[in-house]
Amino acid sequence: MSTPHKDEITGVETTGHEWDDIRELNNPLPKWWVYTFYATIVWSLAYFVFMPSWPVFWNGEWTALEGVLGYSQRGAVTEELAAIEEGRADYMQAIAATDISKIQANPELMELAVAGGKALFGDNCAPCHGSGAQGFKGYPNLNDDNWIWGGTLEAIQTTITHGIRWELDDDTRFNMMPRFLTDGILSREEVGNVTDYVLAISGQGEMTEGAEAGAEIFAQQCAACHGESGAGNQELGAPNLTDAIWLYGGNRSDIYESIAKARAGVMPAWGGRLTDAEIKELTLYVHTLGGGQ
Amino acid sequence: MASDVLNASPADKLAGLARQAADFDAAHGTDGETITAVNAEQNRPLFASRVKVYPKLVHGTFRRLKWAVMAITLAIYYITPWLRWDRGPNAPDQAVLLDLPARRFYFFFIEIWPQEIYYLTGLLILASLLLFLVTSLAGRVWCGYTCPQTVWTDLFIYVERLFEGERAARIRLDKSPWSLGKLARKTGKHIVWLLIAIATGGAWVFYFADAPTLASDLVTLEAPLIAYIFIGLFTGTTYLLGGIAREQVCTYMCPWPRIQGAMFDDDSLLVSYKPDRGEPRGPHKKGTSWDGRGDCIDCGQCVAACPMGIDIRDGMQLECIQCALCIDACNEIMDKVERPRNLIGYDTPANKEARRLGMKEKVRLIRPRTVIYSGLLLLVTAIMVNTFATRAQLEVNVLRDRNPLFVQLSDGSIRNGYQVKILNMDHEAADFRVAIEGLPEGVLTVQGRDTQGPQIVAAEADSLKSIKMYVILPVDALGRLDDGEAEFAFTVENLRTGEAVENATVFRGPQK
Repeated sequence: MSTPHKDEITGVETTGHEWDDIRELNNPLPKWWVYTFYATIVWSLAYFVFMPSWPVFWNGEWTALEGVLGYSQRGAVTEELAAIEEGRADYMQAIAATDISKIQANPELMELAVAGGKALFGDNCAPCHGSGAQGFKGYPNLNDDNWIWGGTLEAIQTTITHGIRWELDDDTRFNMMPRFLTDGILSREEVGNVTDYVLAISGQGEMTEGAEAGAEIFAQQCAACHGESGAGNQELGAPNLTDAIWLYGGNRSDIYESIAKARAGVMPAWGGRLTDAEIKELTLYVHTLGGGQ
Repeated sequence: MASDVLNASPADKLAGLARQAADFDAAHGTDGETITAVNAEQNRPLFASRVKVYPKLVHGTFRRLKWAVMAITLAIYYITPWLRWDRGPNAPDQAVLLDLPARRFYFFFIEIWPQEIYYLTGLLILASLLLFLVTSLAGRVWCGYTCPQTVWTDLFIYVERLFEGERAARIRLDKSPWSLGKLARKTGKHIVWLLIAIATGGAWVFYFADAPTLASDLVTLEAPLIAYIFIGLFTGTTYLLGGIAREQVCTYMCPWPRIQGAMFDDDSLLVSYKPDRGEPRGPHKKGTSWDGRGDCIDCGQCVAACPMGIDIRDGMQLECIQCALCIDACNEIMDKVERPRNLIGYDTPANKEARRLGMKEKVRLIRPRTVIYSGLLLLVTAIMVNTFATRAQLEVNVLRDRNPLFVQLSDGSIRNGYQVKILNMDHEAADFRVAIEGLPEGVLTVQGRDTQGPQIVAAEADSLKSIKMYVILPVDALGRLDDGEAEFAFTVENLRTGEAVENATVFRGPQK
């Protein structure tokens, strides 16, 4: 492969390497090119001195020399984050100082707040409610027009600030549905009858004999919270049982289980974890998802 | 003998060396070594020093042409940012402006939005096709006449000549010891070079901001730092590439000389020396006969004039940018010795061959290659003109929500969300009527509004308006969907101009 050869046309010796009959002329390199190469070597040496470079074993662990300039990517990120915080300090202050309904009336502030709320939602709420706030079984969908504890700005703000059944917060939203079968309040048959009644009022079943019996039990045991018609009560956090939306599923076995064992989902209180301004942003974002009242 | 060894195959070479050694042994009765020095035949240096080029001033057609091209191209470069073009009160009035922060490119009557960057692709395709066509017709015309590297180097050589004189004077000056006069000449030259370089870098930034405003900001030191950085960068590169590096850029940095070989063919007009007329060359004494010899008197003027420092008589070579200055240089001499012009001239390899065979010379401009390039050029131009002519001032993009795919409301109806983006490319603000078509029972609503059905949306001049819209399908209509899915369209009409566009999308509900 490596046969020295003189090119007939140019009279220049080739490198002796040959690929598919193509040979490379071994012309001398221009000197300035070599000097440029030396310059890059000098540059790299300077880089070692000024920038973090050598790995060293120091005090029992691997670390790196910090370099004269003291640069680090982590430091750069911290600086950039601080710069962003500083840059948006004005509008965060404005959001903190403005009443939430007035923010809604101010398009510029509203746009910033919703954008901030979206990022906060992704960081804090998405694990349970989903990145599109679509919810899962036991975790409400925030896009729809159904609200257990109320869908006004004020109600959403309260829910986010104090959470639901969050024992560390004295003002948390709290209710407790009895475990009708587990605690022996109703028999299996009675629970079944109430289930049939709930199916009937939500338009999923007929008013059978069992359902009629269930209606009586409903009036005694359930209507206090869920209302006589079963339309629910946002003051108490009692869901509407007549609509098409079910937090824990709307088929017969799901409803039966809900009555028999009761459900008590928990949401943390975000007051204290997030600033008031951040909670306002989140509130406004959730409110814009399509179901805000 | 040595070169035979070099040209032989490895096996032959080893056999040859062994034979040599055996011969040596036989002749001398001693042991010979079959070995050659590692640097045999290597009397060339590994690294070449640069040989400074002192191009001589020539006079003639091509020099005049090059002065004209230089004046025109430099004028285009320096004056363009200052041209004004009225676009109304809502858009900048600079004819050519690359407004990066606002993401708009303005070229006279054309305004390009970020999503239309393919127009730029089209322009680049046109430019490369034009380059291919010109190169296959007449060689490296781009390199020799219009490449910025050539134009600025030519300008810098002109300045050098003003301060240091003609070729011979410049060589003398460089050889002479340092003196006050030499220092003054050299300093003056470098100062003017730097001024030109600053003006070059300065003109560059005017393409990216309003030129008059930026100019006054630059002078009062209120311009953004990035403007000064770019002026500095372009000052540095102009001074370095045009003043110092010159022909080294073309020979060692530019990829085009390597590509050009594939662009020429036997009918390309290339700046070439005609050896059939010039050879045998040699000095000629006035009054003696021209019989039995060539026209080339070996005066070296073509080499002296060459800004690349090469000898055109060596034939086509990588370094030659085909600036045609050697043609002028040679013609001056041919006139003096009273021989016909164009010993060096635009010539084709085919004609060279034709002359050798005693056939008629001809220039074939129309060849498959040039026809294909021209055809493609026309085609791309036609496509671009067509798209520009039918270009709308209104564009609508509809992004359907995919997370969640759909939302069930408490009454059982299904809601889909759409981010509707209205691109108002008009220079006037307008109201837009947004409606849906193809989904009769669907109800269009907007977040935060009570109205149902067609919506009026206001958009600023030359801006993008993004609005979240919902389409709700009642529960009884859902059963009629085909597999929970229906195609429909958003229709958007500019109520000021009447221009209307449609954007198809889909409605999705639960599958049965």
